[in-house]
Amino acid sequence: MFRNLAALFRYRGLIQTLVVRDLKARYRGSVLGFFWSFFNPLLLLLIYTFVFTKVMPGTHPPEMEPYALFMFCGILPWTWFSSSILESSNTLIAGGNLIKKVMFPAEVLPIVTVLANMVHFFLGLPILIAFLIYYQRPVSVAEIFWFPVIVAVQLVFTIALSLFLSAMTVHFRDLKDLIGNMMTLWFFATPIIYPLHLAPADMVWILNLNPMTHIMRSYQQVMFFEGPLGHQKYLAAVGALSVVLFLAGYFVFDRLRDSFAEEV
Amino acid sequence: MTPAIDVINVSKVYRRYAQKKQFATLKSAILSGSLLGDLKPDETFQALRGVSFQVPKGCTYGVIGRNGSGKSTLLKCLAGITRPTTGEVVVDGRISALIELGAGFHPEISGRENIFINGIMLGLTKKEIQHRFDEIVEFAEMQDFIDAPVKTYSSGMYMRLGFAVAVHVDPEVLLVDEVLAVGDQGFTHKCLDKFAEFRRRNKSILLVTHSLDLVEKFCDVAHWLDHGLTKGEGDPKRVVAAYVIDVEDAEENELAKAEAVRVAASAKDIQLAPENAPEIIDTGEGPAADETAGPKDGFKSDEGRWGTREIEITSVTISGPGGEAGHVFQSGESLQVRMDVTSKEKITDFVFGLGLFNADNVCVYGTNTNLEEFQPTEIDGSGVVTFTIDKLDLVEGTYRLDLAAHKADGYPYDYHRLLYTFRVKSRIRDVGIYRPDHSWTFDGGIKLNRS
Repeated sequence: MFRNLAALFRYRGLIQTLVVRDLKARYRGSVLGFFWSFFNPLLLLLIYTFVFTKVMPGTHPPEMEPYALFMFCGILPWTWFSSSILESSNTLIAGGNLIKKVMFPAEVLPIVTVLANMVHFFLGLPILIAFLIYYQRPVSVAEIFWFPVIVAVQLVFTIALSLFLSAMTVHFRDLKDLIGNMMTLWFFATPIIYPLHLAPADMVWILNLNPMTHIMRSYQQVMFFEGPLGHQKYLAAVGALSVVLFLAGYFVFDRLRDSFAEEV
Repeated sequence: MTPAIDVINVSKVYRRYAQKKQFATLKSAILSGSLLGDLKPDETFQALRGVSFQVPKGCTYGVIGRNGSGKSTLLKCLAGITRPTTGEVVVDGRISALIELGAGFHPEISGRENIFINGIMLGLTKKEIQHRFDEIVEFAEMQDFIDAPVKTYSSGMYMRLGFAVAVHVDPEVLLVDEVLAVGDQGFTHKCLDKFAEFRRRNKSILLVTHSLDLVEKFCDVAHWLDHGLTKGEGDPKRVVAAYVIDVEDAEENELAKAEAVRVAASAKDIQLAPENAPEIIDTGEGPAADETAGPKDGFKSDEGRWGTREIEITSVTISGPGGEAGHVFQSGESLQVRMDVTSKEKITDFVFGLGLFNADNVCVYGTNTNLEEFQPTEIDGSGVVTFTIDKLDLVEGTYRLDLAAHKADGYPYDYHRLLYTFRVKSRIRDVGIYRPDHSWTFDGGIKLNRS
């Protein structure tokens, strides 16, 4: 397993090329091309803003204004997470040709999916920054330092799940449909469109068990709320958990690896 | 010197799982932590059974075998796509596998970008690809289309590009799976030239193919796989010859089986009452039109059997020069058709006829005893009718026989329509139906050599 993990490093060139290919291929043929990476989160933001200011005004306390910005801090990284998970559950099956016909390191496929979605996330960040400037949200230097750390934690966590789910889906195809619904549930079980402190008190402990809660709160802390991060301990715990999950996910993937060529 | 490929006692078992069972075991499999071990297969299929061989460096090695003999599985094991269940495969040096050409091409992006991506997948660096790029494009004959998205390519272009990238990876070992059919003649020659160049540079090629000519001409060693077992290895001419004989035997068995089924089925055909029996016209080509029974058209391909059975053809054997019954014969050799015939009572009006049809259902030849001016005297009880062709001057192909006993006016006693099939084999790939006994002579300044 560890030898394979080391080999993963050698594939960085391959991974890089495939991520670029993924990005190029995604918007090939559409008029706006890469701009969709900006527009998609922007449109999403407009929809949520409309819902929470016009359709259901007054669902949030005044100290949470501008509410759209608050939601955006969570929705943007969540989109990265959920798209990665949804796509990677299918990625080995979609890439079956490679696995069956070419000697190809299968773990590259889910990793590429996660990374390509990460690039989309990065492309959405300028919109977020523009809003931060527009609403004059001060972001301190310390917070700028924390941002990549949060991204790194989320990356490891997402890859861990992707590896596990992509390998399992090869054998149990029903997971694909199951995951779609699980992600919706997970979205609402994570404080993204509501702040954690507004959740019912007896639910908070459940939300706290959700690793994504802490990743999202960290983003919100850095970008939306005033003051220092104050969430490092949780983030560190999630980071450690992510590494463990990554090793476990990779272990499962490695165990199932030989069956892919036959089962895909 | 270490061999380029060393295959040590390799077996491969494929497992099949029933869908339901898989889910019943999902939970327990996860809990016990041994995912595959706990999934008990319902059915296993052994594709390779202890195959061992070595391919020395610089050797061109041909693997032949019938469909399902394990050739492709072997190739996949060599390429590292699947792992053998038991045994070991050691390959020395970089492998490039021409298994599926253009696997991994992304349809939306250009040929140019796909070359880079495919090259990197096959283990090249960006620089190496840059260096070989023009050569690849030129080899694939794709200069005009290289910047178009791959989805707009024809399947031939797609495969040529895939082939070009794969051979330019500069592998130590090239694995080829039946891919030479990817282009026109010119491209095929170019591929063969490329393989020849590999040989000159002391690289090894392992070729899986059904093209026996290619193996004979091109390979240093041939390996014959049959149901996952090695059935022969060594000099290509010898192995190919043994393989061809085996294929003929198998064909023979298959034809015999099919014939048995047909004859058994036709035995159940209705025995027609004389008044509505179809007529057989005098030419012996088949029954004439009759509204009530039997095929209307004598050339209709439906096999079958009809007639009153006052005279019955009880068994038919076709045999070659050795006198042994069979279904596969060499063109130019002799052929005998033997009919065992019985009649229930004494009959004085009877004709025996035979029709020979090719696979397109063209009547190659038809005759009967009436046409050849035999006057029937009597048949009573059983007897044997033998029809001998001294020289079977037919081109290679499958042929079928009509056999019949009928009255001179066509009234059928027992008509066997296309029930008997045999195959003619020939080393010469000539065309048509009939091969007249012939020779070539050349005079003057014309010189030809026979290979």
